[in-house]
Amino acid sequence: MKRPMVWLVLVCVMAAMPAAAQDARVEAAARKEGKVVWYTSLALTSAEKVAKLFETKYPGVKVEVNRTGSQRILQRVMQELTANIKTVDVIHTSDAGHYVLLKEKKLLLKYTPAGAERFPAGFKDKDGFYYGLRATVNVIAYNTKVVPAGEAPKTWKDLLAPRFKGKLVTAHPGYSGVIATHVLALSNLLGWDYFKALGQQNVMIVQSAVDPSGVVASGERPVAVDGGDYTFYQSKKAGNPVEIVYPKEGVPLVVSPTAIAAFAPHPNAAKLFTDFTFTREVQQVLADTEGLYTGHPDVTYPADKPKLGELKLLTVDPEELEKRGEEIKRRFVEFFGA
Amino acid sequence: MRRLDLSLPVWGLATLILIVLMGLPLGWLVTLSVGGAQGPTAAYYLDALGNVQLRRAVWNTVIMAFWVGVLSVALGAPLAWLTARTDLPGRRLLRALVMASFVTPPFLGAVAWVMLAGPNAGALNKLWRGLTGSEAAAVNIFTMTGLVFVVAIYTFPYVYVMIGNTLELIASDVEDAAAMLGAGRMAVARTVTLPLVAPAILSGFIVSVLQALALFGSPAILALPAGFHTLTTQVWGMFHYPPRVETAAAVSMPLLVATALLLTLQRRLLGRRGYAAVGGKGGSRRRLVLGRWRYPALLFCALVMACAVFLPYGILAKAAFARAWAQPLTWDNLTLRNWTFTFFEYSATQSAIVNTLELGLLTASVGAALAALLAYVARRKAVMGHQLIGFLALMPIAIPGVVLAVALFIAYTRPPLILYGTLWILFVAYVTKEMPVGYAQADATFRTIPAELEEAGRILGAGRLRVLGEVTAPLARSGIIAAWCFIFIGVIRELSASIILFTPATKVMSVVIFDLKEEGQFGAIAVLGLFMIVMTFAIVLAMEKLLGRDFMGARE
Repeated sequence: MKRPMVWLVLVCVMAAMPAAAQDARVEAAARKEGKVVWYTSLALTSAEKVAKLFETKYPGVKVEVNRTGSQRILQRVMQELTANIKTVDVIHTSDAGHYVLLKEKKLLLKYTPAGAERFPAGFKDKDGFYYGLRATVNVIAYNTKVVPAGEAPKTWKDLLAPRFKGKLVTAHPGYSGVIATHVLALSNLLGWDYFKALGQQNVMIVQSAVDPSGVVASGERPVAVDGGDYTFYQSKKAGNPVEIVYPKEGVPLVVSPTAIAAFAPHPNAAKLFTDFTFTREVQQVLADTEGLYTGHPDVTYPADKPKLGELKLLTVDPEELEKRGEEIKRRFVEFFGA
Repeated sequence: MRRLDLSLPVWGLATLILIVLMGLPLGWLVTLSVGGAQGPTAAYYLDALGNVQLRRAVWNTVIMAFWVGVLSVALGAPLAWLTARTDLPGRRLLRALVMASFVTPPFLGAVAWVMLAGPNAGALNKLWRGLTGSEAAAVNIFTMTGLVFVVAIYTFPYVYVMIGNTLELIASDVEDAAAMLGAGRMAVARTVTLPLVAPAILSGFIVSVLQALALFGSPAILALPAGFHTLTTQVWGMFHYPPRVETAAAVSMPLLVATALLLTLQRRLLGRRGYAAVGGKGGSRRRLVLGRWRYPALLFCALVMACAVFLPYGILAKAAFARAWAQPLTWDNLTLRNWTFTFFEYSATQSAIVNTLELGLLTASVGAALAALLAYVARRKAVMGHQLIGFLALMPIAIPGVVLAVALFIAYTRPPLILYGTLWILFVAYVTKEMPVGYAQADATFRTIPAELEEAGRILGAGRLRVLGEVTAPLARSGIIAAWCFIFIGVIRELSASIILFTPATKVMSVVIFDLKEEGQFGAIAVLGLFMIVMTFAIVLAMEKLLGRDFMGARE
């Protein structure tokens, strides 16, 4: 009885040793590279927080955070490539369609972050090029000082009521991947007529999916018609008079992938950083303080947020998002004016 | 034996740099707009013409630019007259405030006005509701009117400077003559002073229109939320993925042609008038006694300055120290968090400050030197084709920043010279863009330095370069330093070209602020904006110490 146990332990140790040795090699090489350049669409403060966590754990490897909207990130990557500039190591946007395109153009490195194989299917590329780092759902949110709970919208279609004319704010699919995903999911569910009617509501247009939460908190427009629920959650936690509505027709789920550039100038630092962002430690921080959802099976969520399983999720196919990206932006501009 | 005359190569080189600087990007712009992969094509122009969105944007741009011109003159002309020709109290302060408005980047002003006059959360509208109990907003900045207003309060300084400088040159004798012949104060103003400054007013109008046509930041911040575009935001949008650089080039052409036409118009209108009365030396200038009119005049000045300087900086200061900018500044709402975040946590800040400073100092120094050299060469007719120099140097006025950026991007992302990704492409953009301002300033300076002094130096045996260094340069010093300041401020304010030409390693402060705006980070914007203004003021004041007077041209 005793022997097999010993053997088992031995086998395990031996299996782990090369992995540990490889980790050490990657870490040493990363230190030599000295930094990792991260193009990210994660909200600025959240992104800087992740960067600080990494820098604390791996002193000597700096994270250069370049935060902007998903679509701007794709623009940067492609624009820089036209001039043969290779800056970016890790690409993280909220438009899964980007990764279909980048993979097709052979611009991604095939790399599976440690532990990511345990993530659910919606978080994994079948070819192993990109993995979902975090997820959020698009919601309605309103300022409780301006809109009494009784008059608040409950469904997406409620937003078309005359009483909300001039009271709404939307972010832009031409900037934000969260919103591009949202527009596709809702147009599949409700048809373009929904957006056409929404466009008649004199909606204020901002760019980032993070911004509606600021606009609602300030009261400039009391109701947001989209935006990641984590931004409203953070705003609410900070004491702003904001309430979140998860419409029962379903909420568009946005899984934001991350991948390493095939031409990454700091490939080892990129791997070290990517692995780090998929650890339970970081994924738990994303869930706890940022209010995000993740694909990590061991992560627990704050009690005051609904579990993903309790929501009716509207998902989109990355391939469709890639194919119809232009159409989404064109329609949006047609309906909303800019 | 005569010493080798090095002057000609120097003149030649400066001229050549100018030709390359202007010719290369514009050549590419035209080429790409008509050049498809399968030879010449009009497809990009047709693409642009057939676009309803784009046609609407053109119309919006025309409307905006025209009214900005009108409003800038309406604000700038009276202010200039009040400071230059009346006994208005606090004239020095007024000049300083106009300069503060001039130094303020328009996009920063636009962000501040979002916080002031957003229809619901804006501080002024909240005040209005509190005072009147009204439900409706008093002002809405997210409208065409709002946009025109915000652009004009940061454009009128151009009119102010142009008219102010002209008024300083008009001697009082002509006005006195009219007065002696029995004309009343108003009649003198109407029949003598006004016709004399009319060309300056017109120039101011045209320059304001050109500024408005080229502006990117304010429309992006104020027009897009309201659901309308201008031409510059459209061109910028064409760089989004998948990029349509060729269409952007085609769209740029009407903008180019429109500005060129305006400039020709300006030249013709000005060309017809003789300037003896304005340009003359000597003659004293007396100030008009305002009497009881001083109070309305002061009120007018205070109102303009409140809109351009006090209110915007007030709200920025509040936002910089507030957790939530729209809430009252109570103890709970007070924080230093924005400052620590901006300077210690936000990784883009420090490199952007360094980049901006480097580019500002370098562009101002090289640009002022080049402009001075060119203006000198043109004025002394030192090379063949000197008439062309002025034309070429002033030409970038006709090239809006976005268009210039498109052209530079096309020219410098391909061999032989790949500058994109380095600070050099921004440097080239800034030098090109600021050349007209520098050149005009330098040219005005050399106009006042008589050639006799140089000829005296030449007769005594000094070479041309030595004369330039020992006779002309000291005389031109203050004018050139003024050109330096104009260029430096221009660089700090620049957004429309930078927004297309930057890479993460070459971000400048204006781009960082625009980035933050897109995410709605008002606190960080306020911190960075205030820092930027203090930095600019510190440097300009240091230069003015060297100069001994303020750079906008006061001779108190």
